[in-house]
Amino acid sequence: MSEVKVRLRNVVKEFPARRGDKPVRAVDNISLDIYDGEFFAMLGPSGCGKTTTLRMIAGFEQPSSGEILIDGEPMQGVPAYHRPVNTVFQDYALFPHMTIFQNVMFGLEMARVDKKEARDRAMSALEMVRLPHIAQRKPRELSGGQQQRVALARALVKQPSVLLLDEPLGALDLKLRREMQLELKTMQQELGITFVFVTHDQEEAMTMANRIAVMDGGHVLQVGRSDEIYETPANRFVADFIGETNFLSGQLVAHSNKSGTVRLDNETLIQALLSHQDVVDSGEVVVAIRPERIMLRAYDEVIESTDNLNIINGQVRQVYYIGTDTRYIVRIGNDIDLTVRVQNTEYQKSLAFREMQTVKVLWDTTNARILTD
Amino acid sequence: MALWLTTLRRKHNELLLSVPALLWLVIFFIAPALLIIVISVMTRGSGGNPELPFTLDHYQRTFGVFSTVLQRSVWIAFLTTFICLLVGYPLALFIRTRQNPSMRRFALFLIILPFWTNFLVRTYAWQMLLGREGIINNFMLSLGLITEPLQLLNTEFAVLLGLVYGFLPFMVLPIYASVERFDFRYVEAAQDLGANYWHTFWRVMLPMTLPGVLAGCVLVFIPAIGAFVTPDLLGGRDGFMIGNLIQSQFRGTGNLPLGAAVSVVMLSLVIVPLFAYIRSGGEK
Repeated sequence: MSEVKVRLRNVVKEFPARRGDKPVRAVDNISLDIYDGEFFAMLGPSGCGKTTTLRMIAGFEQPSSGEILIDGEPMQGVPAYHRPVNTVFQDYALFPHMTIFQNVMFGLEMARVDKKEARDRAMSALEMVRLPHIAQRKPRELSGGQQQRVALARALVKQPSVLLLDEPLGALDLKLRREMQLELKTMQQELGITFVFVTHDQEEAMTMANRIAVMDGGHVLQVGRSDEIYETPANRFVADFIGETNFLSGQLVAHSNKSGTVRLDNETLIQALLSHQDVVDSGEVVVAIRPERIMLRAYDEVIESTDNLNIINGQVRQVYYIGTDTRYIVRIGNDIDLTVRVQNTEYQKSLAFREMQTVKVLWDTTNARILTD
Repeated sequence: MALWLTTLRRKHNELLLSVPALLWLVIFFIAPALLIIVISVMTRGSGGNPELPFTLDHYQRTFGVFSTVLQRSVWIAFLTTFICLLVGYPLALFIRTRQNPSMRRFALFLIILPFWTNFLVRTYAWQMLLGREGIINNFMLSLGLITEPLQLLNTEFAVLLGLVYGFLPFMVLPIYASVERFDFRYVEAAQDLGANYWHTFWRVMLPMTLPGVLAGCVLVFIPAIGAFVTPDLLGGRDGFMIGNLIQSQFRGTGNLPLGAAVSVVMLSLVIVPLFAYIRSGGEK
C-alpha cells in the first residue's frame, strides 16, 4: 500500500454542554488511515460525526483529544489557513462579491503566487471544470452545477495535498448528481490527489470511493471497499445502512468455525456464515440476507438439495413490479416476512408468482450472515 | 392596439398612485428647501428679516469669516464618524459572535438603552463629568494622577466625545444588521484558501458587510455635521459648529438670510455623502 496521507489517531471531539445538557461527543475515538491518491468516503446518517471529522482535518475544529497527521505532520495547533488541504463546501461558499475569476484567484493571492502565474493557473483550473467562459460572472448568476464546479476549481487550483469534500453534490438534482459523480471520479484519477468525501448517500459513496468508512454515533463501524462493505457487513447497522437487507432474528444453536445454525423464532432452522467469531458468544443473533440473493421456486418443483442450500417454504403475500425487478414479500413464518428481489429476465417472467401462492424459498448459505443484534 | 392601451393606462395609474407621495414631498421638503434658498440670497432687513434686493453677500461671508466653523464642523463630523466606525464595528462583531442568543439581545438592549433618556439631559450629564469640578477631574485629583484640574469641558475633545457617545448606536445598529446576516462559513472558506484573520476581514468580511458600514457612516455623519446641542453645551467657543451658527442667526435678532445661506451650504455638504451612499446602494 502507498504512503499514508491523512492519519487520525484516537480522535475524540466533544462539544461543550449547553444549558444543562450533557456534553455531546460528536466523534468518539476514531482511528483512520487515508492513503495517497485514494478516493475515500466517510458515509453515515446525519449526526454520525462524519462532517465533524472532516472539519477537524480542515482545521475548523480542534480535536478534544487524539491526533491528526497530514503528510506525516502533526496538525495540532496548525490553523486552517496553513494546512495543505482545501475544501469544497456543502453549499460552495463562493464569495458573492467577487467574480468567478476572483474567487479562483483568491487562494493563489493568499499564497502570494506570482500574478502572471496565478492568472494562468486560475484560467486552466476553470478550463478543467469546463467553465472558462463564465470567469467574469458573479456566483449568483450561475446554476447550482456551475457553482459546484467553480468551488471545485477554487479548491483544486491550490494543488492541495488532500481535497476535502463536504456533501458537495447534495444540492444538485439526481441527474446532475450522477454526472458529477463520474466527473469527480475521473478528475480524481487524472489528478491523483487524495479526495476525502463526506456523504450520507450510500450509492454515491459506492460509485466514487476506493474505500468507505461507515460511521454512526461518532464511531467508525467498518472501513473497506464498497463490495466488502456490501457483501460482508461488520454488523447490523452497516448491513441495514448499505443497501436493502432482510433481518431474521433467532438463536444460534450450533456452529463450526465458519458457519452456524440459527433457530428462527418460528422454529425453522437455517444455516448462515459467521460474520465474526465473537457472535458465537451471544445467543441472540440476526441473520442478514440481501433480497436479490434469495430465489423463489414453485412449490412442486423438485430441487436437488446440497449442503450449502437453505430451502424453506413460504407464501407470497405481495408482489410489486418495479421495472428492472419484481419485489415479492414472502411470509415464511408467523410475522416473519422476507423481501425477495427477482430480476425480470424472460425466464423469470415465465414463472412469475401470484399473491397467496405457496412457494419454495432458497438461498445459498454463503449469502446469509450471522450478525450480533 | 389593446397592448399600447393597457401600457398607457398602467402608466397613467402609476402617476395617479404616486400623487400623494409627490404632494407630501413637495409640501414638506421641496417647498421649504426652495424657500430657504430664496431667503439665502436676500438682503438682511430690520430685525434680521429678509428683504429685497437679491445678493450673494451671505455666501461670501459663509465661505469667508465662517470658513473655520465650516472646516471644524466637517472635521469633527468626519472624526466622529471614523471613531464610531472604529469602535462600532468590533462592538457589533463582538455582540454577533456571542453564542447565547439572549446575551446578544441583552447587548443590543444596552446599546439602545440611552435613548430612553432625553439627549439634552445626557449631554448635561457629560458637563458634570467633564467640568473643572467634575467627577473625572475630582477622581483623578484624589488619586494623585494630576495636580490641578484638566481643561476637559469647552474643548473640541469634549464635543467629539459627546458626539461619539451620542451617535455610536446609529453606527452599531446598521453594522450589526449587516454582520448578523453575514454567513460565517465565508470566513471558513477564506481561511481554507489560506487567508489569515487580517485578509479574511479585509477581503471577505468587510466587503460583504459594507452596506451596513455605509449606512452607519451616513447615519452618524449627517446628524454630526449639523449638531448644535452637543457643541453648545460641551464645546464652548472652541467647539462652535455650523449648527450653532445657524441657530444663532435664526434666534432673536439674528440674520435670517445669513442663517439660510449657511443652511444651504450645510445641506449641500450632507447631500454629497448621501448621494454617494445611494449610488453605491444602487449598484448592489
